[in-house]
Amino acid sequence: MEVFRHNGALEISEIDPFLAELLRQVPASANPEAVPAAERRLFSPPADPEKEKEMCAEWKLYVEPELRRIFESATETVEGDLRQLGDSEKPLENCTLRIPIGNAEAWLNALNRARLALAAKFDFTELELSDHYRSPIGSRRDLSLFQVNFYGFLQEFILRELECSAAESSPNE
Amino acid sequence: MSALAPILGAVESPTITEETQTKEAHDLPWQVVVHNDPVNLMSYVTMVFQKVFGFPKEKAELHMLEVHRQGRSILWSGVRERAELFVQQLHGYLLLATIERVN
Repeated sequence: MEVFRHNGALEISEIDPFLAELLRQVPASANPEAVPAAERRLFSPPADPEKEKEMCAEWKLYVEPELRRIFESATETVEGDLRQLGDSEKPLENCTLRIPIGNAEAWLNALNRARLALAAKFDFTELELSDHYRSPIGSRRDLSLFQVNFYGFLQEFILRELECSAAESSPNE
Repeated sequence: MSALAPILGAVESPTITEETQTKEAHDLPWQVVVHNDPVNLMSYVTMVFQKVFGFPKEKAELHMLEVHRQGRSILWSGVRERAELFVQQLHGYLLLATIERVN
């Protein structure tokens, strides 16, 4: 797999079928529905619920729906870009994903939600999350940890390229 | 404070200082706190602090490291309405952020 910036877009080429499938899983993984731990993490209270009951209640009523709207919008953008990968008609071919710079923030948001939701669902420890030399995938839990790390790698790539892109557009800074 | 008492005694209207302090206490009762989360990337948290608070990268990194090492960092203090807006933005970026009374 190769990642680089090209003509105002972030390009990930030579994506093998396994990683392409993990990319297709981003929207589903970012959705906390039916996973209470993930729902709690993505929609955490804005204050100590014991001390600020009224504020937390208002937040649930007025702010949470707005956050859900923001997250859904990011997911839709990511789903749109993922259509480039198609379905599994040619399951053994490598493919390329082109993410327009303007969609980068939506990707960061969706990848972050996916990582947080997976980490909450499987209750990964800090030690597991920082173990980048873990043995090969042998269980659903291992696969999800790999997913968290792979999505983190993509986040790092997008952040780095956004920074380079901003520096190039304002070279005097 | 006690060492300054003889000097303050010579000032005609020392109560003005107390009034100012009381007014400030009313104006700055809330703070925005970000808590550590082992999943969020350090570079991502730095980027969010730059975007939400307009911090230069160096200041954003200092706060990010404080969150990482101390478990929390106070990012902003001020009126409740603005603090709530900041926390809302931080939640939009999936950071663990809360609003707390200064005391």
